[in-house]
Amino acid sequence: MTATKIKDTPTHQGVDIEEEEDIHDRYFGHEHVTIIEPAKGWRMLDTKELWAYRELLWVLTTRDIKVRYKQTVIGVAWAVIQPLMTMVILSVIFGQLAKIPSDGYPYPVFLYAALLPWAYFANAISTSGGSLVASSQLVSKVYFPRLLIPLSSIGAGLMDLAIATAILVLLMLYYGVGVSANLLMVPFLLIALLFTALGVGVLLSALTVAYRDFRHVVPFLVQVWMYLTPVVYPVSLIPEKWQWLIYLNPMAGLIEGFRSAFLGRPFDTSALTLSFLIALILFTFGVAFFERVERRFADII
Amino acid sequence: MTETVLSVENLGKQYVVGGADQIYGSFRELLTGVMTAPYRRMKKLSGDVAKHEQFWALKGIDFEVGQGEVVGIIGRNGAGKSTLLKIFSRITSPTCGKVTVRGRVASLLEVGTGFHPELTGRENIYLNGAILGMTRREITAKFDEIIAFAEVEKFIDTPVKRYSSGMYVRLAFAVAAHLEPDILVVDEVLAIGDRAFQERCLGKLDAVAGEGRTVLFVSHQLNMISSLCTRTLLLNNGTIAQDGLSSKVIDQYLKTLAGGKYFKVNQNEKFNQNVYLKNVQILGPNLGGATSDGMFSFDEEIKIKINYKVPYDNYFVAVTIENSRGVKVLSSWDSDDGSRPSLEPGQEVVVLFSIPASHLAPDSYTIYIDVDIYAHGRSLTHETTQNLIEINEIGFHFQGGRTVKGSRPLIWNFGGWVYPDVV
Repeated sequence: MTATKIKDTPTHQGVDIEEEEDIHDRYFGHEHVTIIEPAKGWRMLDTKELWAYRELLWVLTTRDIKVRYKQTVIGVAWAVIQPLMTMVILSVIFGQLAKIPSDGYPYPVFLYAALLPWAYFANAISTSGGSLVASSQLVSKVYFPRLLIPLSSIGAGLMDLAIATAILVLLMLYYGVGVSANLLMVPFLLIALLFTALGVGVLLSALTVAYRDFRHVVPFLVQVWMYLTPVVYPVSLIPEKWQWLIYLNPMAGLIEGFRSAFLGRPFDTSALTLSFLIALILFTFGVAFFERVERRFADII
Repeated sequence: MTETVLSVENLGKQYVVGGADQIYGSFRELLTGVMTAPYRRMKKLSGDVAKHEQFWALKGIDFEVGQGEVVGIIGRNGAGKSTLLKIFSRITSPTCGKVTVRGRVASLLEVGTGFHPELTGRENIYLNGAILGMTRREITAKFDEIIAFAEVEKFIDTPVKRYSSGMYVRLAFAVAAHLEPDILVVDEVLAIGDRAFQERCLGKLDAVAGEGRTVLFVSHQLNMISSLCTRTLLLNNGTIAQDGLSSKVIDQYLKTLAGGKYFKVNQNEKFNQNVYLKNVQILGPNLGGATSDGMFSFDEEIKIKINYKVPYDNYFVAVTIENSRGVKVLSSWDSDDGSRPSLEPGQEVVVLFSIPASHLAPDSYTIYIDVDIYAHGRSLTHETTQNLIEINEIGFHFQGGRTVKGSRPLIWNFGGWVYPDVV
């Protein structure tokens, strides 16, 4: 980019520019023609444009990560303390007092294996839900694919997830469970988790722009959703003929899947497939809806 | 004409303005009104509104801009200037029409968009640069230039929330100034910061224009427009009222503004508490007197009429004129040149001070009028009043047809010109 000066003739384009900058150039280059027209109806996600803006996504994500623990005394340690304390409290209440069964595994590990993806999901949808409104300054003053904003807040949560995972590894070693080939499923589960979080987070962020009611809905939604998901209890607690119902909630299948992966027990393949499918539908719908309303953001934010 | 880089065809933008909420006449109406309110609001938020709630911010805009043109856009508040720029920068989409843009557009609708107060100067440069569309490599290449321009080398690793507002603005502008767009879209951003900073930004913009880039520039500061732009668009109620040479369009615009006031006085009228300084009036220049087009001629004067009660001690009456940068341009004391007659203490008198208006460079000025009472070289008490005046450069009528451009000295046209050998 820097190599091409404005007075260069078009033939210079692409000659002294490296391949990797090709797409960037298509969107930012001197010969790029932009046509601005009223956009109506549903449209395809412009993945090439998103790719051209990948640096901005990275910058926004690292910003969110950097800012999160600025001017705190113990800094990143919060990423350890928060899930750990939640785990202890929930273990005492549901494991010790309510004596909720845990399929024969030690309750803390059983809980934490589910709490880990859940906490990520809950955090991702609540931060991304409000992310656009929080960045209204950006949205109304400069152009870039708006999708980057909820994406970056979902991405920033991955850092905390990674840190919290370290605790799970310690717990697994302490209780001596779960080191098995099942762990190979974790990356796939993670991708499905990301897709679900993206679908829901992006949808909520777009809705919050137009209807601020969602600011009040999201915290409530997260709470209800947690109890509709087998986080503190096993699916086996539900009568078998009704179990399919709980798997309509994509998080149910994913959480059970994570549990199977970390505890080394067999996967419920049909439940997992159903959850994957629903996650995909959610993602597609979320992004499509976002793209549809995106162009009105600056006017109504 | 050179290659067209921006073409606008029949562009329109419609907004929804909030209609007044219903007034309820009875309890029953209130009840049904409240029950149906969410439905009505939902309709409104979804953009389904009645005709009277629609408003066209822009309508039927057609124009083209060639490569390297520097175009000013002027108009009153609400004329649609900012909306137009927002469409060019793809922040908002038009309701109808089409814009074709060739090349990379950078829009500066605000300085420091996306700056995060918790991040350091260095981190913010990368953040802001990325937001404005620069690659990491570009930013790294220009990093030293940017911090040099902003003069924040020492604080580059300090969170920007600890910056003074001046440093903050300098850094923010520095990043934007080092973009290398084909088309630069600038909205009123230069209205911030002190005058010195504004001048520097203006210089940078001038340089950008000089490199053959296309610039679209919205401003209320007509002197900036006239010195920077060759062509100007005048927007009025969402349509293009005029498109042509800057000087002509600006002239036209000024005439439409409140009867074409080239000299504005903001008179201070609080004298109740004063013992000595009783009243101050700023008179003239005699608008529209000398020339027919409402400009004031070269020798018209700004007259200041001061009423005061003569104190029993030693005193002086002073006039100080300060320009918008806070520089004192002129001070004058009534006692200095021995022109004050002997006056009876306790009596109220009128004194007139005048200077030719053409001595003051176009700017907005604060005029301080003081009555200062002193004894043994020490001030005992003083009373002061401030008045604001604005002198618009377009208001000057130069005999030789010279137009105002370039440097702006503090004092204009002082001293006399004589051709001694010509009879």
